Amino acid sequence: MTAETIIQSLASGLLMGLLYGLIAAGLALIFGLMDVVNFAHGEFLMIAMYATFFLFAFFAIDPLLAAPLVAAALFVFGAVVYLLVVRFAVRAKANAGMVQIFSTFGLAIVMRGLAQFFFTPDYRSVTHSWLGGKTVSVAGIFLPEPQLIGAMVSIAAFVALYFFINRTDFGRALEATREDAGAVALVGIDKNRVFALGWGLGAALVGLAGAIMAIFFYIYPDVGASFALIAYVTVALGGFGSVFGAFAGGIIVGLVEASTALILPPSLKSVGIYAVYLLVVFIRPRGLFGSM
Amino acid sequence: MDANFAQRRRRDLIMAFCLAVIAALVPLFVKDVYVQNIMVLTLMYAALSQSWNILSGYCGQISLGHALYFGLGAYTTALLFTKFGVLPWFGMLAGGAISALIAMALGYPCFRLRGHYFVIATIVIAEIALLLFQNWDWAGAALGIDIPVRGDSWLKFQFARSKLPYFYFALALACIAWFVTWWLEDSKWGYWWRAVKDNPDAAESLGVVVFNSKMGAAAVSAFLVAVGGSFYAQFVSYIDPESVMGFQFSLLMALPAVLGGIGTLWGPVLGAVILIPLTELTRSFVGGSGRGVDLIVYGTLIVAISLALPKGLVSVFSLFPWRKEAAR
Repeated sequence: MTAETIIQSLASGLLMGLLYGLIAAGLALIFGLMDVVNFAHGEFLMIAMYATFFLFAFFAIDPLLAAPLVAAALFVFGAVVYLLVVRFAVRAKANAGMVQIFSTFGLAIVMRGLAQFFFTPDYRSVTHSWLGGKTVSVAGIFLPEPQLIGAMVSIAAFVALYFFINRTDFGRALEATREDAGAVALVGIDKNRVFALGWGLGAALVGLAGAIMAIFFYIYPDVGASFALIAYVTVALGGFGSVFGAFAGGIIVGLVEASTALILPPSLKSVGIYAVYLLVVFIRPRGLFGSM
Repeated sequence: MDANFAQRRRRDLIMAFCLAVIAALVPLFVKDVYVQNIMVLTLMYAALSQSWNILSGYCGQISLGHALYFGLGAYTTALLFTKFGVLPWFGMLAGGAISALIAMALGYPCFRLRGHYFVIATIVIAEIALLLFQNWDWAGAALGIDIPVRGDSWLKFQFARSKLPYFYFALALACIAWFVTWWLEDSKWGYWWRAVKDNPDAAESLGVVVFNSKMGAAAVSAFLVAVGGSFYAQFVSYIDPESVMGFQFSLLMALPAVLGGIGTLWGPVLGAVILIPLTELTRSFVGGSGRGVDLIVYGTLIVAISLALPKGLVSVFSLFPWRKEAAR
């Protein structure tokens, strides 16, 4: 193993990690807002990837151009899921935690079933795109372009999210609702509307990630499952309740995954991520930046 | 203990006995192998879910990684039998003991975690075990283990022709899991667990040893689930990591209890009796197309029940006047 291979795989790990961060951002946002873990998050990613694929297949729209469209579509989808399912789940008077876990889990299963029904279980891919299969070489290190652009989108999304949460009225409403959902009603904020918009925003973020993932990853009904667990670990590692913890968590996960793949057989690369998660929470039971 | 509660417990015991007798008689009338197969699975899931319920329902430590103990039970039995010729009966006990020990070893660091951090830790630990088993050549790696079947024998607990012995074993397992829960419900442990579930800090301040309570629940729960795993290995006579340790098993174990009524005595039984036949039937009638209709039905059911009946299907029964009185 040369120094070059190590740097090479750490660089790809970093890029992938930024993408993991973007995938997890929506999950972290929703949890931070209302203490609900969306167990259908992977399936949100899945439909975003399918949406990208169909925009490409039917209208020949490149995934990069499709990304804003997919994000907008997912925004609507997320808000609708909140209004139709989650709104009722958070009202449950008994076993609230279980109801949230299993209603979103049931939703995930339904979405997977619908995807199999309408799109068949076949593996699909975006066969040609502006970035697909291309690499750039920086100082002797080859970086795949889709991941590179994905990493930049991720950074841009987190920066935008930062300004959005801290500088806009809606962001302040979001923060206020998070602090005390009962009190905001007194100043005329409709908590349901804020939650619906929060779900929309969370889904839009994963939509953005899905559009980029579609460039270089196979698309199939179960694709979400492979990323969902990584997303949960990413959020928990950063600490529930901290959106920017997800950013740090993503980078750590990407780097750990890449380093594990250097040492252990590729089939065991996830073991490293899981082990690091356990190690972190055993030392810091609320993740790295968790406030909960 | 008030008289109503004692009366309810007596009634539960009598009802369980009657149900067990009726269940034992069913195979005399139902000879169809397909139906018998569904009955075996239903009883097995009732037992598994009942065991899961001890840790996650009564003690409130939601585990979505119980597939680990199921898989350990299955693998211990299968490995001991195929590699060393140890009879499955001993394998079952060994699997249970190993799982209980591992549950406590894992509980030691994990029980400090709360809420979602704990749930994710259980998922992640089971995933690590799954990946390790998939890469462990001696244990058959991803290909798994074929358990050689050489004719019917109670000694080796394998039956090629008839499903009946499996049925009665599964019934016994479900009864044992139910009885253990029934017995623990009114023991010191049972009260501790419910206190830990409701408010661990308050419980601790009142002298409940929270940590030990969790460890006890984990050990009992893991032991019983592992015995279920051993049974499953004998029942299907072929195991591989994904089919006994996959995440879907952790879910399948939790679902009957969640839908039936988490932390209740009858919830897991009721949930399994409704859910498992329904799953199997939708799978064979509409699922054969490979088009996911079974998933749509199944998922919709989960969403609908968890939203409409947050206390589970058992809460429907409390609508009957005699039950309401007993519940008071």
